[in-house]
Amino acid sequence: MAVAGLIFSNIHNSSMPELTSVRTMASVPYGCRYRLIDFPLSNMVNSGISKIGIIAHNNYQSLMDHIGTGKDWDLARRSGGIRILPPFIASYNSANGGKLYTTRLEALMGVTSFISKCTEEYIVLSDCDGICTIDLNEVLADHIKKNADITIVTRPVSEKKDIPSDGATEIKCDENGFATEVSAYIEHDRPANISTNIMIANRLFLLNAVNDASAHGYSHFYKDIIARRVKSARINCYQYDGIYLQITSLESYFRCSMQLLEPEVRHGLFVEENPIYTKLRNSAPTVYAEGSQVKNSYVADGCVIEGTVENSIIFRGVHIGKGTVVKNSILLQDTYTGDNVNLNCVITDKNVVIRNNRVLSGHESMPFFISKGAMV
Amino acid sequence: MFKKKECVAMLLAGGQGSRLYALTEKTAKPAVSFGGKYRIIDFPLSNCINSGVDTVGVLTQYQPLVLNDYVGNGLPWDLDRAIGGVKILPPYQGKNGADWYKGTANAIYQNMQFIDMYSPDYVIILSGDHIYRMNYNKMLQYHKKMNADCTIAVIDVPIEEASRFGIMSVDDEGKIFKFAEKPKNPDSTKASMGIYIFSKDCLFKYLTEDAADPKSSNDFGKNIIPAMLANGQRMYAYSFSGYWKDVGTIDSLWEANMDLLGEEPALSLNDESWRIFSRHSAHSPQYVGPDAEIKNSSITEGCDIYGTVRNSVLGSGVTVMPGAEVIDSVIMDDCVIGAGAKVCYSILDSGVKVGSGATVGKDRAEAKGIAVIGTGIIVPDNSAVADGAMINNSDDLVKEA
Repeated sequence: MAVAGLIFSNIHNSSMPELTSVRTMASVPYGCRYRLIDFPLSNMVNSGISKIGIIAHNNYQSLMDHIGTGKDWDLARRSGGIRILPPFIASYNSANGGKLYTTRLEALMGVTSFISKCTEEYIVLSDCDGICTIDLNEVLADHIKKNADITIVTRPVSEKKDIPSDGATEIKCDENGFATEVSAYIEHDRPANISTNIMIANRLFLLNAVNDASAHGYSHFYKDIIARRVKSARINCYQYDGIYLQITSLESYFRCSMQLLEPEVRHGLFVEENPIYTKLRNSAPTVYAEGSQVKNSYVADGCVIEGTVENSIIFRGVHIGKGTVVKNSILLQDTYTGDNVNLNCVITDKNVVIRNNRVLSGHESMPFFISKGAMV
Repeated sequence: MFKKKECVAMLLAGGQGSRLYALTEKTAKPAVSFGGKYRIIDFPLSNCINSGVDTVGVLTQYQPLVLNDYVGNGLPWDLDRAIGGVKILPPYQGKNGADWYKGTANAIYQNMQFIDMYSPDYVIILSGDHIYRMNYNKMLQYHKKMNADCTIAVIDVPIEEASRFGIMSVDDEGKIFKFAEKPKNPDSTKASMGIYIFSKDCLFKYLTEDAADPKSSNDFGKNIIPAMLANGQRMYAYSFSGYWKDVGTIDSLWEANMDLLGEEPALSLNDESWRIFSRHSAHSPQYVGPDAEIKNSSITEGCDIYGTVRNSVLGSGVTVMPGAEVIDSVIMDDCVIGAGAKVCYSILDSGVKVGSGATVGKDRAEAKGIAVIGTGIIVPDNSAVADGAMINNSDDLVKEA
């Protein structure tokens, strides 16, 4: 299939500073063993895409560690494969004083050389803050069938809590699925279809649109590229009704993680024919000790559980000590809890150590966050 | 092209492992699952890469499909290399006819050309029968220090078990002066682990002589080692202490799996400095249901546990339905234990489906032996598989029930 992929790794960092101060949105750990980028990346790989560029902005060391050569996604290729596209500042961007890009469109302007060097007919674009398992081949088939210039995957929303904090784009369509009106989604209590920021574009259409926007000094992707072309171009909408989790804040990260304990969410994200790939760690299986008591929890490999765990998400290499009770919490990789610790509604970042007898509690609406490497 | 390697490993992986019965019906022994997410061959392959040996020939013969597919290009072990890496070496047809590998020594003899490609100074011979973590590089340093022609890794075994092994008698310096294969009255407790390092030229000389001898059974233990000893070659024993277990029988395979459990497990695989690598598919994490009860068990990614699991080792993608019980058992990949079913003191090969309400095996205290069910077999609802039963195909099952 003649499709290349482009992933925006940092674009929503500001919405969750707790977890993104030390990493990109793309490399935020999620779901016991994954990073957020594993979902768009696996969706692309499972659709047969073998050339993927990842647009990086800042803090992308953890992202590079995670991606490595791309082996774990079968993307260590002689031709194509995966490449990280670091920010490109010097030359033509002097108009804004050589600053890093701040918008989606500026990010695309920085990677026009990647887009123009691709020989693929289509480009798939995706962000990292929305978690879904989508068959991109179906989107592409719709795109081709409707002879569209660009196809935007939309999803229905009705509640405020599903909306990205840095704004969402509402798209109204005609009966054939072509966009008639593109606007910012402001009244957050009204049902609407908003963009998931997953798109398939004809490569040359995208390239021309970005170059044209660059020449005019435009900066907003939806306002300046999509909305201006509603009449002149064929802007198609693909309605996605499957499981879609939008991370907009630490509180929503907590909620989206806990939703993994619901079978329909798990089965919607982890389907046999669309596996989600991630960096392998070769941890041993998880050992449940004689005194362990685990209920309704999602657990990765490489853990040693000697205490009680309920309604929690446990990442790789976590240790739960004897007499320790962990409830409604998310413990990121290599969190170590000593004996007789009590945790409720806590999120620990990587390598956190919680010493014996500590009692920590947050609330669902405000989980207690412990930053990377801290010792309590 | 210059591609010299100091040491090349040759891994004997062609054995049938007939004492594993149903488990090796369709796979070679080295490809038998172990410890939830591993296969036996992961141990020698991981030891190789962790010891800095990056060129490994894997000699296959019996039922190689699963093994070939598993080893593949060696990616999981970092053995996908431009020069060296892992290579599968099946028996082949030569100018003077084709031959199966007639014995362990003959298998290496037929692949001397492969070894010569890398002009190594040393060759290490390994087998795919054991669970252990060992630094081959330390053994190689010992071999060099002793200026040996052959170094054999040995482990101390209890004297009452010594007659099951090849026993080395050594002097104070570690030099071997006597070798006895399964002696009735052992005079040493140093058992051969089946791991040999040879200086290449010496190995080739003895392999060639052995191949020319029509009476030889072309075996390292029976022919090569005794011949070298008789000729006064410098042969040394390298003592290894640590976990080492032959998993050639149903009982020993079960025991080795159980060694992963307990308060102080005899074998812990969580050591980051000596990781055991394995090839596995992309499974989601393990989900433990609201009424699940898991005690003293090892559980792998992709499992869905709604029932009870005690003293057991579960592979990836295993489902234990509500009300089901798995006790004292080894359950390999992708098995499904139906609602209310009970599996005791058993080994289930991959893809076995136990119907709801069925029972497999008996409580360990009263069982005759371990019940074993071969890959992909479906145990009907509410049926029973007796303790100690060996189920190779569904027809056996009907008889049992």
